Amino acid sequence: MAMGYKLAVLGDRMSVLGYRTLGFTVKACETADEAKKSLHSLAKEGFAVIYITEQLAEKIPEEIAKYKDSPLPAVILVPGKGGSLGIGMKNVHDAVERAVGADILA
Amino acid sequence: MATMNVNPTRMELKRLKNRLTTARRGHKLLKDKRDELMKRFLDIIRENKELRAEVEREISEANRGFAVAGAVMSPEMMEQSLMCPTKSVELDISYKNIMSVDVPEFSFSASDGKSVYPYGYAMTSGELDDAVDGLARLLPKLLRLAEVEKSAQLLAQEIEKTRRRVNALEYVMIPQLAETIRMITMKLDENERGNLTRLMKVKDMMIKEQLQKNK
Repeated sequence: MAMGYKLAVLGDRMSVLGYRTLGFTVKACETADEAKKSLHSLAKEGFAVIYITEQLAEKIPEEIAKYKDSPLPAVILVPGKGGSLGIGMKNVHDAVERAVGADILA
Repeated sequence: MATMNVNPTRMELKRLKNRLTTARRGHKLLKDKRDELMKRFLDIIRENKELRAEVEREISEANRGFAVAGAVMSPEMMEQSLMCPTKSVELDISYKNIMSVDVPEFSFSASDGKSVYPYGYAMTSGELDDAVDGLARLLPKLLRLAEVEKSAQLLAQEIEKTRRRVNALEYVMIPQLAETIRMITMKLDENERGNLTRLMKVKDMMIKEQLQKNK
Protein backbone atom coordinates (compact mmCIF):
# COMPACT_ATOMS: atom_id res chain seq x y z
CA MET A 1 0.00 0.00 0.00
CA ALA A 2 0.89 3.63 0.06
CA MET A 3 4.11 4.52 1.73
CA GLY A 4 5.38 7.20 3.98
CA TYR A 5 2.64 7.90 6.45
CA LYS A 6 3.75 10.00 9.34
CA LEU A 7 3.18 10.15 13.06
CA ALA A 8 2.34 13.17 15.12
CA VAL A 9 2.06 14.09 18.76
CA LEU A 10 -0.17 16.75 20.25
CA GLY A 11 0.22 18.02 23.76
CA ASP A 12 1.60 20.64 26.01
CA ARG A 13 5.20 21.64 25.48
CA MET A 14 6.81 19.68 28.24
CA SER A 15 4.90 16.47 27.59
CA VAL A 16 5.71 16.19 23.92
CA LEU A 17 9.35 17.27 23.97
CA GLY A 18 10.70 13.77 24.09
CA TYR A 19 8.76 12.44 21.14
CA ARG A 20 10.78 14.62 18.84
CA THR A 21 13.73 12.32 19.36
CA LEU A 22 11.71 9.46 17.88
CA GLY A 23 11.15 11.39 14.69
CA PHE A 24 7.52 12.19 15.38
CA THR A 25 6.04 15.44 14.21
CA VAL A 26 5.40 17.44 17.31
CA LYS A 27 2.76 20.13 17.67
CA ALA A 28 2.75 21.82 21.01
CA CYS A 29 -0.60 23.29 21.95
CA GLU A 30 -1.87 24.54 25.26
CA THR A 31 -5.48 25.54 24.68
CA ALA A 32 -8.49 23.62 23.42
CA ASP A 33 -8.79 25.86 20.37
CA GLU A 34 -5.22 25.30 19.34
CA ALA A 35 -5.59 21.60 19.85
CA LYS A 36 -8.73 21.46 17.73
CA LYS A 37 -7.08 23.27 14.86
CA SER A 38 -3.90 21.22 15.02
CA LEU A 39 -5.82 17.96 15.20
CA HIS A 40 -7.91 18.70 12.13
CA SER A 41 -5.02 20.02 10.08
CA LEU A 42 -2.92 16.97 10.97
CA ALA A 43 -5.76 14.66 10.00
CA LYS A 44 -6.12 16.44 6.68
CA GLU A 45 -2.41 16.24 5.97
CA GLY A 46 -2.64 12.47 6.07
CA PHE A 47 -1.02 11.61 9.34
CA ALA A 48 -1.77 7.99 10.11
CA VAL A 49 -1.44 8.08 13.86
CA ILE A 50 -1.90 11.10 16.06
CA TYR A 51 -0.97 10.69 19.67
CA ILE A 52 -2.53 13.23 21.98
CA THR A 53 -2.01 13.74 25.67
CA GLU A 54 -4.93 12.91 27.90
CA GLN A 55 -4.76 16.34 29.45
CA LEU A 56 -5.44 17.88 26.06
CA ALA A 57 -7.87 15.21 24.89
CA GLU A 58 -9.99 15.90 27.93
CA LYS A 59 -10.75 19.35 26.56
CA ILE A 60 -11.85 18.27 23.08
CA PRO A 61 -13.68 14.95 23.38
CA GLU A 62 -16.09 15.65 20.49
CA GLU A 63 -13.30 16.37 18.06
CA ILE A 64 -11.63 13.11 18.94
CA ALA A 65 -14.85 11.14 18.69
CA LYS A 66 -15.15 12.33 15.08
CA TYR A 67 -12.19 10.19 14.09
CA LYS A 68 -13.31 7.11 15.95
CA ASP A 69 -15.18 5.55 13.06
CA SER A 70 -12.87 6.37 10.18
CA PRO A 71 -10.00 3.99 9.42
CA LEU A 72 -7.44 6.82 9.47
CA PRO A 73 -6.12 8.62 11.35
CA ALA A 74 -5.93 6.69 14.58
CA VAL A 75 -6.16 9.16 17.43
CA ILE A 76 -4.51 7.57 20.42
CA LEU A 77 -4.44 9.00 23.91
CA VAL A 78 -1.23 8.89 25.90
CA PRO A 79 -0.57 10.18 29.39
CA GLY A 80 1.01 13.62 29.53
CA LYS A 81 3.40 14.95 32.08
CA GLY A 82 0.71 15.01 34.77
CA GLY A 83 0.49 11.24 34.65
CA SER A 84 -2.35 9.07 33.47
CA LEU A 85 -5.89 10.37 33.93
CA GLY A 86 -7.49 7.08 33.01
CA ILE A 87 -9.32 8.53 30.02
CA GLY A 88 -7.49 6.31 27.57
CA MET A 89 -8.45 3.27 29.57
CA LYS A 90 -12.00 4.51 29.84
CA ASN A 91 -12.16 4.69 26.05
CA VAL A 92 -11.23 1.03 25.85
CA HIS A 93 -14.07 0.19 28.21
CA ASP A 94 -16.42 2.40 26.22
CA ALA A 95 -15.60 0.42 23.10
CA VAL A 96 -16.48 -2.79 24.93
CA GLU A 97 -19.72 -1.31 26.11
CA ARG A 98 -20.57 -0.19 22.61
CA ALA A 99 -19.95 -3.60 21.13
CA VAL A 100 -21.20 -5.92 23.83
CA GLY A 101 -23.79 -3.74 25.49
CA ALA A 102 -22.18 -4.04 28.89
CA ASP A 103 -18.65 -3.60 30.17
CA ILE A 104 -17.54 -7.17 30.62
CA LEU A 105 -13.86 -6.45 31.15
CA ALA A 106 -14.26 -4.59 34.40
CA MET B 1 -47.69 -6.76 16.03
CA ALA B 2 -49.20 -4.67 13.31
CA THR B 3 -49.67 -6.29 9.98
CA MET B 4 -48.52 -4.61 6.80
CA ASN B 5 -50.98 -2.75 4.64
CA VAL B 6 -51.26 -5.09 1.64
CA ASN B 7 -54.00 -6.63 -0.46
CA PRO B 8 -54.91 -10.15 0.61
CA THR B 9 -54.22 -11.81 -2.70
CA ARG B 10 -52.43 -14.96 -3.70
CA MET B 11 -49.76 -13.01 -5.49
CA GLU B 12 -49.06 -10.88 -2.42
CA LEU B 13 -48.94 -14.03 -0.31
CA LYS B 14 -46.33 -15.60 -2.55
CA ARG B 15 -44.27 -12.42 -2.53
CA LEU B 16 -44.39 -12.15 1.25
CA LYS B 17 -43.43 -15.78 1.70
CA ASN B 18 -40.34 -15.20 -0.41
CA ARG B 19 -39.48 -12.15 1.62
CA LEU B 20 -39.86 -14.07 4.85
CA THR B 21 -37.44 -16.78 3.70
CA THR B 22 -34.93 -14.13 2.69
CA ALA B 23 -35.33 -12.34 6.00
CA ARG B 24 -34.82 -15.57 7.93
CA ARG B 25 -31.70 -16.40 5.98
CA GLY B 26 -30.35 -12.86 6.38
CA HIS B 27 -31.04 -13.01 10.08
CA LYS B 28 -29.12 -16.22 10.47
CA LEU B 29 -26.16 -14.92 8.49
CA LEU B 30 -26.02 -11.65 10.37
CA LYS B 31 -26.22 -13.45 13.66
CA ASP B 32 -23.25 -15.59 12.68
CA LYS B 33 -21.40 -12.49 11.60
CA ARG B 34 -22.11 -10.80 14.91
CA ASP B 35 -20.91 -13.77 16.91
CA GLU B 36 -17.68 -14.08 14.96
CA LEU B 37 -17.05 -10.34 15.14
CA MET B 38 -17.58 -10.48 18.86
CA LYS B 39 -15.07 -13.27 19.22
CA ARG B 40 -12.41 -11.34 17.32
CA PHE B 41 -13.28 -8.17 19.14
CA LEU B 42 -12.81 -9.70 22.55
CA ASP B 43 -9.35 -10.98 21.62
CA ILE B 44 -8.37 -7.57 20.33
CA ILE B 45 -9.81 -5.61 23.21
CA ARG B 46 -7.99 -7.78 25.73
CA GLU B 47 -4.70 -7.11 24.02
CA ASN B 48 -5.65 -3.46 23.82
CA LYS B 49 -6.22 -3.27 27.53
CA GLU B 50 -2.95 -4.93 28.46
CA LEU B 51 -0.97 -2.93 25.96
CA ARG B 52 -2.49 0.32 27.08
CA ALA B 53 -1.70 -0.35 30.72
CA GLU B 54 1.87 -1.16 29.78
CA VAL B 55 2.34 1.84 27.51
CA GLU B 56 0.81 4.21 30.02
CA ARG B 57 3.12 2.99 32.71
CA GLU B 58 6.21 3.31 30.58
CA ILE B 59 5.30 6.72 29.22
CA SER B 60 4.70 7.98 32.72
CA GLU B 61 8.13 6.71 33.62
CA ALA B 62 9.72 8.47 30.66
CA ASN B 63 7.83 11.63 31.51
CA ARG B 64 9.14 11.50 35.03
CA GLY B 65 12.60 11.19 33.57
CA PHE B 66 12.05 14.28 31.45
CA ALA B 67 10.70 16.16 34.44
CA VAL B 68 13.74 15.31 36.51
CA ALA B 69 16.03 16.21 33.63
CA GLY B 70 14.18 19.49 33.29
CA ALA B 71 14.87 20.20 36.93
CA VAL B 72 18.55 19.28 36.81
CA MET B 73 19.34 21.30 33.73
CA SER B 74 17.57 24.40 32.52
CA PRO B 75 14.40 23.79 30.51
CA GLU B 76 15.65 25.93 27.64
CA MET B 77 18.80 23.91 27.53
CA MET B 78 16.81 20.71 27.43
CA GLU B 79 14.55 21.94 24.71
CA GLN B 80 17.54 22.85 22.64
CA SER B 81 19.09 19.46 23.15
CA LEU B 82 16.01 17.73 21.86
CA MET B 83 15.45 20.12 19.00
CA CYS B 84 17.07 18.25 16.16
CA PRO B 85 16.18 14.57 16.03
CA THR B 86 18.61 12.08 14.57
CA LYS B 87 15.81 9.81 13.52
CA SER B 88 12.76 10.06 11.43
CA VAL B 89 10.06 7.49 11.34
CA GLU B 90 7.71 6.54 8.55
CA LEU B 91 4.77 4.23 8.51
CA ASP B 92 3.63 1.65 6.03
CA ILE B 93 -0.01 0.90 6.15
CA SER B 94 -1.69 -2.19 4.89
CA TYR B 95 -5.24 -3.20 5.53
CA LYS B 96 -6.38 -6.44 7.04
CA ASN B 97 -9.92 -7.59 6.51
CA ILE B 98 -11.63 -8.88 9.63
CA MET B 99 -15.15 -10.00 8.75
CA SER B 100 -15.46 -7.31 6.08
CA VAL B 101 -14.11 -4.60 8.36
CA ASP B 102 -10.94 -3.05 7.04
CA VAL B 103 -8.53 -2.48 9.89
CA PRO B 104 -5.17 -0.82 9.34
CA GLU B 105 -1.92 -2.57 10.04
CA PHE B 106 1.11 -0.43 10.65
CA SER B 107 4.67 -1.33 10.04
CA PHE B 108 7.25 1.34 10.53
CA SER B 109 10.62 2.02 9.14
CA ALA B 110 12.82 4.24 11.23
CA SER B 111 15.72 5.79 9.44
CA ASP B 112 19.02 4.69 10.87
CA GLY B 113 20.49 7.37 12.97
CA LYS B 114 23.65 6.46 14.78
CA SER B 115 22.10 6.89 18.18
CA VAL B 116 18.78 8.00 19.58
CA TYR B 117 20.43 10.84 21.44
CA PRO B 118 20.29 14.00 19.36
CA TYR B 119 22.80 15.80 21.56
CA GLY B 120 26.26 15.59 22.94
CA TYR B 121 26.65 14.25 26.44
CA ALA B 122 28.62 17.17 27.82
CA MET B 123 25.81 19.58 28.63
CA THR B 124 22.99 17.20 29.47
CA SER B 125 22.09 15.10 32.44
CA GLY B 126 21.95 11.36 32.66
CA GLU B 127 18.25 11.40 33.45
CA LEU B 128 17.58 12.81 30.01
CA ASP B 129 19.44 9.91 28.41
CA ASP B 130 17.32 7.42 30.29
CA ALA B 131 14.09 9.15 29.40
CA VAL B 132 14.96 9.37 25.70
CA ASP B 133 16.10 5.78 25.69
CA GLY B 134 12.88 4.68 27.39
CA LEU B 135 10.77 6.39 24.78
CA ALA B 136 12.81 4.93 21.94
CA ARG B 137 12.28 1.44 23.26
CA LEU B 138 8.60 2.17 23.60
CA LEU B 139 8.12 3.00 19.92
CA PRO B 140 7.09 -0.46 18.65
CA LYS B 141 4.61 -0.78 21.48
CA LEU B 142 3.18 2.64 20.81
CA LEU B 143 2.55 1.70 17.20
CA ARG B 144 1.06 -1.64 18.12
CA LEU B 145 -1.23 0.17 20.53
CA ALA B 146 -2.38 2.50 17.78
CA GLU B 147 -3.10 -0.44 15.52
CA VAL B 148 -4.94 -2.46 18.12
CA GLU B 149 -6.93 0.42 19.49
CA LYS B 150 -8.04 1.55 16.06
CA SER B 151 -9.06 -2.01 15.19
CA ALA B 152 -11.04 -2.24 18.39
CA GLN B 153 -12.86 1.00 17.66
CA LEU B 154 -13.71 -0.02 14.11
CA LEU B 155 -14.87 -3.46 15.17
CA ALA B 156 -16.99 -2.00 17.96
CA GLN B 157 -18.72 0.19 15.42
CA GLU B 158 -19.35 -2.74 13.08
CA ILE B 159 -20.66 -4.92 15.87
CA GLU B 160 -23.06 -2.22 16.96
CA LYS B 161 -24.35 -1.91 13.41
CA THR B 162 -24.71 -5.64 12.95
CA ARG B 163 -26.46 -6.04 16.26
CA ARG B 164 -29.00 -3.40 15.28
CA ARG B 165 -29.68 -5.20 12.04
CA VAL B 166 -30.07 -8.55 13.72
CA ASN B 167 -32.51 -7.11 16.23
CA ALA B 168 -34.49 -5.25 13.58
CA LEU B 169 -34.90 -8.47 11.62
CA GLU B 170 -35.64 -10.61 14.64
CA TYR B 171 -38.09 -8.37 16.43
CA VAL B 172 -39.67 -6.30 13.66
CA MET B 173 -39.32 -7.62 10.15
CA ILE B 174 -39.82 -11.33 10.70
CA PRO B 175 -42.81 -11.12 13.09
CA GLN B 176 -44.43 -8.56 10.84
CA LEU B 177 -44.03 -10.71 7.77
CA ALA B 178 -45.24 -13.83 9.55
CA GLU B 179 -48.27 -12.00 10.89
CA THR B 180 -49.18 -10.58 7.51
CA ILE B 181 -48.84 -13.98 5.88
CA ARG B 182 -51.18 -15.41 8.49
CA MET B 183 -53.65 -12.63 7.88
CA ILE B 184 -53.67 -13.22 4.14
CA THR B 185 -54.03 -16.98 4.50
CA MET B 186 -56.99 -16.56 6.83
CA LYS B 187 -58.62 -14.08 4.51
CA LEU B 188 -58.15 -16.36 1.50
CA ASP B 189 -59.50 -19.35 3.43
CA GLU B 190 -62.48 -17.33 4.53
CA ASN B 191 -63.20 -16.37 0.92
CA GLU B 192 -62.89 -20.00 -0.08
CA ARG B 193 -65.40 -21.08 2.56
CA GLY B 194 -67.77 -18.28 1.54
CA ASN B 195 -67.57 -19.43 -2.02
CA LEU B 196 -68.26 -23.04 -1.09
CA THR B 197 -71.34 -22.29 0.98
CA ARG B 198 -72.69 -20.08 -1.78
CA LEU B 199 -72.27 -22.87 -4.29
CA MET B 200 -73.99 -25.38 -1.99
CA LYS B 201 -76.84 -22.94 -1.48
CA VAL B 202 -77.26 -22.41 -5.21
CA LYS B 203 -77.18 -26.13 -5.79
CA ASP B 204 -79.93 -26.67 -3.17
CA MET B 205 -82.05 -23.98 -4.78
CA MET B 206 -81.62 -25.56 -8.22
CA ILE B 207 -82.61 -29.00 -6.91
CA LYS B 208 -85.69 -27.59 -5.23
CA GLU B 209 -86.69 -25.82 -8.47
CA GLN B 210 -86.26 -29.04 -10.42
CA LEU B 211 -88.40 -31.01 -7.96
CA GLN B 212 -91.17 -28.41 -8.19
CA LYS B 213 -91.18 -28.60 -12.01
CA ASN B 214 -91.39 -32.41 -11.94
CA LYS B 215 -94.48 -32.37 -9.77
